[in-house]
Amino acid sequence: MEPVLWVRGRMMPLVRDDVDTDQIMPKQFLSRVERDGFGEFVFHEWRRDPEFVFNDPRFSGARILVAGSNFGSGSSREHAVWGLQQYGFDAVVAPSFSDIFTGNCAQAGVVPAVVPPELCRSLQAAAERDPDSGVELDLTTMRVMWTGGSGTFHLDDQVREVLLHGLDDVALVLGQLDVITQYERARPAWMPHLDVSVVPGAAVGPDAGTTP
Amino acid sequence: MGKTLAQKLWEQHLVDRIRGRDLLYIDLHLVHELSPQAFGGLDIRGLPVRRPAATVATMDHNVPTGDRSAPLRDPLAAAQLDLLRRNCATHGVPLFGLGSHRQGIVHVLGPETGLTRPGITVACGDSHTATHGALGALAFGIGTSQVEQVLATQCLLVNPLRQLAVEVDGALPVGVTPKDLALTVVRLLGFGGATGYAVEYRGAAVRALSVEGRLTLCNMSAEAGARVGLIAPDDTTLAYVRERRFAPIDEAWREAERDWRALRTDGDAAFDRVVSLRADEIEPTVTWGTTPAMSVPVGGRVPKPEESPNGNQAEQALDYMGLVGGERIVDLRLDRVFIGSCTNSRIEDLRMAANVLDGRKVAHGVKAMVVPGSVPVKIQAEQEGLDEVFRRAGFEWREPGCSLCLGMNEDVAERGERIASTSNRNFEGRQGAGARTHLVSPAMAAAAAVTGHFVDVREV
Repeated sequence: MEPVLWVRGRMMPLVRDDVDTDQIMPKQFLSRVERDGFGEFVFHEWRRDPEFVFNDPRFSGARILVAGSNFGSGSSREHAVWGLQQYGFDAVVAPSFSDIFTGNCAQAGVVPAVVPPELCRSLQAAAERDPDSGVELDLTTMRVMWTGGSGTFHLDDQVREVLLHGLDDVALVLGQLDVITQYERARPAWMPHLDVSVVPGAAVGPDAGTTP
Repeated sequence: MGKTLAQKLWEQHLVDRIRGRDLLYIDLHLVHELSPQAFGGLDIRGLPVRRPAATVATMDHNVPTGDRSAPLRDPLAAAQLDLLRRNCATHGVPLFGLGSHRQGIVHVLGPETGLTRPGITVACGDSHTATHGALGALAFGIGTSQVEQVLATQCLLVNPLRQLAVEVDGALPVGVTPKDLALTVVRLLGFGGATGYAVEYRGAAVRALSVEGRLTLCNMSAEAGARVGLIAPDDTTLAYVRERRFAPIDEAWREAERDWRALRTDGDAAFDRVVSLRADEIEPTVTWGTTPAMSVPVGGRVPKPEESPNGNQAEQALDYMGLVGGERIVDLRLDRVFIGSCTNSRIEDLRMAANVLDGRKVAHGVKAMVVPGSVPVKIQAEQEGLDEVFRRAGFEWREPGCSLCLGMNEDVAERGERIASTSNRNFEGRQGAGARTHLVSPAMAAAAAVTGHFVDVREV
């Protein structure tokens, strides 16, 4: 993943709390087995409403979504983050995010910037006032700057670390394989273990066992 | 100072610290068909699944619940299921897929097989993974990238969680179920109110719950925003695990029993936050809005926007739900009833509903379905004759899966339909675009099915 040092662009205000991932990426698109092509399905239902902010041409091309508290709640579907990213967002700014959504953002390289509710409202107002004005989130200084003001945003330290250095968590953990192997040697005997070759009823392939 | 149960489990599974994050070993990784991209990631890296014997797959989210002898009608679902089969075959991962006698919702299958057990860590690409904490496990819901991480390394990089105790004293009144307790806890904590916390459920009312009731309670930790929910293992837990198919046996069981009995929060452990409630005061509960925290007792009314802390949001919710506020809950007429989901599809849930239904008929115009959580649940229910009770009442008796909880398969509600559902989420469009979900217990859902509107199950 590429390091993310800053994000700059125009804002789109989404004035609503508790936006859940069922809204961001409705279930009918979770059957797709690809990792790309989700952008067009973002907020699929809400976009049927001509008044919905995603249909407002003033905000087309926005790169920063300024949302309400508890954004990304509910289902763990990472497809929600992929969709937002592939639609064109590099960051979501909100007073709070769900835990899993925050983690998913970090993995995808989207910045889940936490700001106090007042600051969030100021940003939304600024976007409404002047949709062409931009905002910058600097991950080095943790400052948010826009036409008419500036403030501080918060990122979980570890999320920031992942984004700033473009860390690949799988590679990072694979670097510790010897420690993991050592840990494994001392595990108790009662841990779950299901070997396909010896357990009846657990099958691989299409002919999964049908007899108890 | 003492430690909480979650902290102890965390420490027992701590492999390393990497750049500020804790690396936890994952003892059981449950997989379903919605994370093919994670296997795709492994393939790109040229990596195997590190511990196929600690990885168990099933098919639940996207499977048909009707006739399974015919080929799948949805080509995307068929391709997704097929890809899971191929990925499991390639990597030697045991799969309880369609046709297997253990297929079921991943959060039903884990506990039911005994693969989920006290003292372990569980990960699954699903936010309701907290369910497994009911047995005294530390269980994490994760996204697809982290599924790839666990497949590749059998470990998970995580941030420490704060500790929240939910103390439930007293006893649940007759007719009040674990689901009502869960809905009440979510209302108290708020939707997302436990974000960043591990929630330990404690107190006399929790200890009095069966394992199935505990699974229902821990399941809805996700609705409060908690990634982890758990209950200390006790005699009830051990008796449940012992008779499971894949439970440890002989010497391993004796060792396990010794280790598991030590799994409890120390008397002098400090929680970051404690929330207390009395079980005696809980009533059968119904959600009225579009978050699981928007609920009232069945005897109550839908709140008006000005009575809600966030008036705008309440107004949006009421608008979506086709309500204005002020309606009596018992006056809400229903089009559909769904009994199922990882919250309420186990044998005790079905017994509870069948008990209400016995000898009664589903009200005219109401479509009602039961979707057992797994093949073993379905078989057991049939052995007990519950399927007949449901069928005679006018319910459809279907094959196991997630079904109408999220409406990924063909089980989708229609626009404007009002549904009494035993699932966990009443989000807009969750059960179908424009469909209106009210979350209730299985007993309340059954009572609503026969009367055609909500009713206090204690009065039926």
